Parts: sequence; C-alpha cells; structure tokens
Amino acid sequence: MAEPQRARPKPTPETQHFWDGTKASELRLQRCDACAHVYFPPRPFCPSCAHRKVTTFKASGKGTLYSYVINHRPAAPGFTAPYAIAVVELEEGPRMMSNIIDCPQTPEALALDMKLEVAFEQLDDKITLPVFRPAKG
Amino acid sequence: MRRNQVAVVGAAETTELGVIPNMSQIQLHADAALNAIADAGLKLSDIDGFATAVESPQQVCHYLGIKPTWVDGTSVGGCSFMLHVRHAAAAIEAGLCKTVLITHAESGKSMIGKLPRSIPADSLQGQFEAPFGVYGPPSMFPIPVLRFMKTYGITHEQLSMVAVVQREWAAKNPRAMMKDPITVADVLNSRMIAYPFRLLQCCLVTDGGGALILTSADRAKDFPRKPVYIMGTGESVETPMVSQMETFNSSRAFKVAGPLAFKEAGIAHKDVDHLMIYDAFAHLPLFGLGDLGFMPHEETGKFIADGNTRPGGKLPLNTNGGGLSYMHSGMYGMYALQESVRQMRGIAPAQVPNAKISVCHGVGGMFAASGTIIFTNER
Repeated sequence: MAEPQRARPKPTPETQHFWDGTKASELRLQRCDACAHVYFPPRPFCPSCAHRKVTTFKASGKGTLYSYVINHRPAAPGFTAPYAIAVVELEEGPRMMSNIIDCPQTPEALALDMKLEVAFEQLDDKITLPVFRPAKG
Repeated sequence: MRRNQVAVVGAAETTELGVIPNMSQIQLHADAALNAIADAGLKLSDIDGFATAVESPQQVCHYLGIKPTWVDGTSVGGCSFMLHVRHAAAAIEAGLCKTVLITHAESGKSMIGKLPRSIPADSLQGQFEAPFGVYGPPSMFPIPVLRFMKTYGITHEQLSMVAVVQREWAAKNPRAMMKDPITVADVLNSRMIAYPFRLLQCCLVTDGGGALILTSADRAKDFPRKPVYIMGTGESVETPMVSQMETFNSSRAFKVAGPLAFKEAGIAHKDVDHLMIYDAFAHLPLFGLGDLGFMPHEETGKFIADGNTRPGGKLPLNTNGGGLSYMHSGMYGMYALQESVRQMRGIAPAQVPNAKISVCHGVGGMFAASGTIIFTNER
C-alpha cells in the first residue's frame, strides 16, 4: 500500500492564480483597487469594501510567527509528529497557515514574532506549497 | 426580542451518557427527545416546531413521527443549539409555532450511524489549512493560545487550573465521565496532544444527546416543571478557518453574541449567578470571560487560578464539569444548556444556592460561530 499522502489542495477558478504563483516561486496576494486593502485567501472582490476590481501582486515573502501548535497526536497523513502548524503574519498584513522548515519543532526554537521568509515545497507537478523558514540575518 | 416571553418547559439528556455502544446516533436523538417530552408532560403530536444540527430536521422528524409547521436546521457546530433556542423563541413570539423541540445527539465515541465529516480539497480550508497538517480539533482549536498567552501574560499553570477546577465540579456530579481529583502537576504531566495543550486540557470524546422543549411564557405556567425563561439571546459567526480570525487575542463571534444577549436581558455582569462557557479546550473559558465582558482578558487566568469559579467561588463556572470532565460528544452546546436549565430549576447535582440568572455561552467550530443564551427562573 502507498504511503498516506499529505492533503493536496485542489485549485478553483478563484484561487488558480495563487497556485500558479507558488509553482513559479511567488507568493501572490490581492489588493483592492478602490480601498487598497490587501487580503487572503483569494477571491475576485474586496472583502472589506466589496469592490470587484482587485490586483494580484507578488508579496515580499517576509513575515513573522503569529502563533502555532506543535501537533503530537494524531498526526495528519504525510506528517511525522511532532510538527508545528503555524500561522504567519505577512509583511503586507494578511495571515496564512503554513509550516516552519529548517527549524527544530520545539517551543524553544519557535519564538513568537520571529522573522520568517517564504520557501516553496513542491508536492507534485501541479501543487507547490508555500512554507516558511527563519529569516537569514 | 422581548425578554422572558418564551420558556423552556422540557429538558433532558439521553438516558445514558458516555459510551453507548448499543445505540445509533439517530436513536440517541430519539432517546433524548422522548425523555424531554416526558419531562414536559407532552405527547409527540403536541410538537409543531423542530430544530436540530448536523442531522437534517427531516431525518429526525421522520424518525420521531413529528409533523412540524416550523423547522430550523442551523448547523454551525457545537453552539448550534444556542442559535436554535434564539430562533425558536423568535418563531414562537411571531406565532409560527407553539411548541418547539430541539434535539442534539452524537455517537462521538462509538461512531454508530454518525455522518462523516470531511474537508473538500477545493474548499478554502482544503486548500489553505488542510495541507499544513491540521487533523481534527486538537490540532486547530489551540492554535491561538500561544499568542493569547503572550499578549495577556497567561501562564501554563493558569491554563491547567481550568481543568483542575472543572474536575472539582465534576466530582459532585454522578453523571460526569471523569470524577477523580487532579492537580496542576497532573495536567502538566499528562500526555502532550498539541503543544501547549496536554490531554487533560482537551475535551472528552463521548456518546450522548439532549433535547429541549420551548413554548410561550404564558403557556409555560401550566406545565409540570418550573419554567425557565429566555431572558436574552445573541449569535454570530466569524470564519470557518481558525487561521483567518481577525485576532487571536479574542473571538469576534464571542464579542458580538455575548453583549447582544446581555443587552437584551437588561442585566449587568454582577447580576450573573451561574455561568457556562463551552470548554472544548482549556483556553475557551478565558476567551469567554474576557469577550463577554466579565473582566479584562489579562485577569482571566488569575481569576480562575485564584478559585473564583470553583465550588463556593463568586462566579460558579461550568458546574457540570464541562466538556473537559462531564462529557463532550463533539457538539457540547446542548449539555451546557441542559446544565443552565437544571441550575435554574434548582435541581443540578452541584446546585448553586438561590441562582436566579444563568448565562450559557457556546462556540461552534474553532471560534467559527457563537451563541449566548441568558436564562432566568423569575419572570
């Protein structure tokens, strides 16, 4: 039997640009053309003012660690416990769930507000996930 | 909504609670419903309004043989039943129905006839949360805790005291699943589930159900039980994605629902004799005490650790033992409502002497939804 796999996202027409972005090593966000609100997850209108004209742009990929758990049990398929499930606050404002790589999965190493930068983890030829690592320097 | 116009006249849980391997989920609904109907001295044919969550109203109505003229299938997680109470009170006042039955049941432990919960890969949760290893409530609900602790200076010991104090209440309740006393050290040495939370800070997983019957306050005086009036109500939703909450320092849904209920009831916090805050995990009472306006968030950990919510304390909280020690089938809100009704009737196993006002606050999903009901036994 094949190893259980990590849950794979299935893009929709409204989110395809995001997953095209991660495949091209870009973290893409959207900004409202009317009120300049930057938001996530993707949708083709502004959730702050309902304006339908929005612009997709490449985010800096910089953020900080907002909060997390270190999951011990049960582990999700494709994961080996213990592993951190993190929420990253992006420099542009929105927050997103992700994982922290290149870092021990311990409370000591995972300090709230530590600086992070985006990295990309290819799952298959369709999906690349945005993950984060401690920022250099 | 006008206060004290609608009352609970029937309330019961399933005959058994805990592990019920000989009953399917739909039968647990029926068992709770039949107990509540007997409690109210009614016949099934008297019920003309019906509400439930997860299971569809048509499923349960057909199984029970109810012919309703009003139904509500609001299903927003464990606080759905608080919302049902609010909606039912409005429907009764509007004349859409006279006698409403609300049921909950879940074969949460034995998993017999339980509907599957799945996250579609093309939903927003499926795309932007599931791939990062969330797997069930223990991996999601505690995600805000570390931020909350840092912001307000809450300690691991204070978050352990939530479990310790609730076990003190459970010890007084013969139907509680876990009754043996525990200490902060026991909590901090229990198995790690999802840091910072350990086993004793996570809710139980059990089977059970409960049902409520509501009617107008004018009719309520003719029923066998002491009426418990609906004094104030509130509800709201925020987001199904815990990562997308506006802040981890409070729950927006709590902050909308709670104050709405207090305003409607026309009461101040000092008037509250008894409090239930849905405790799927140990941080929820802290969020609730702060978001409902009982005190600033930074005081909530110390308030509980100092013993203010324990038996004999000034604000008795989760007096059945809560989701941490009494029972938690998956959608605990119904059991919190049942305990508030018992306290208002004066028949709770750990009865708060002379309690006249009970606040019952529920959460749905991982801070996704909220409902608050304020009860009183004086019209």
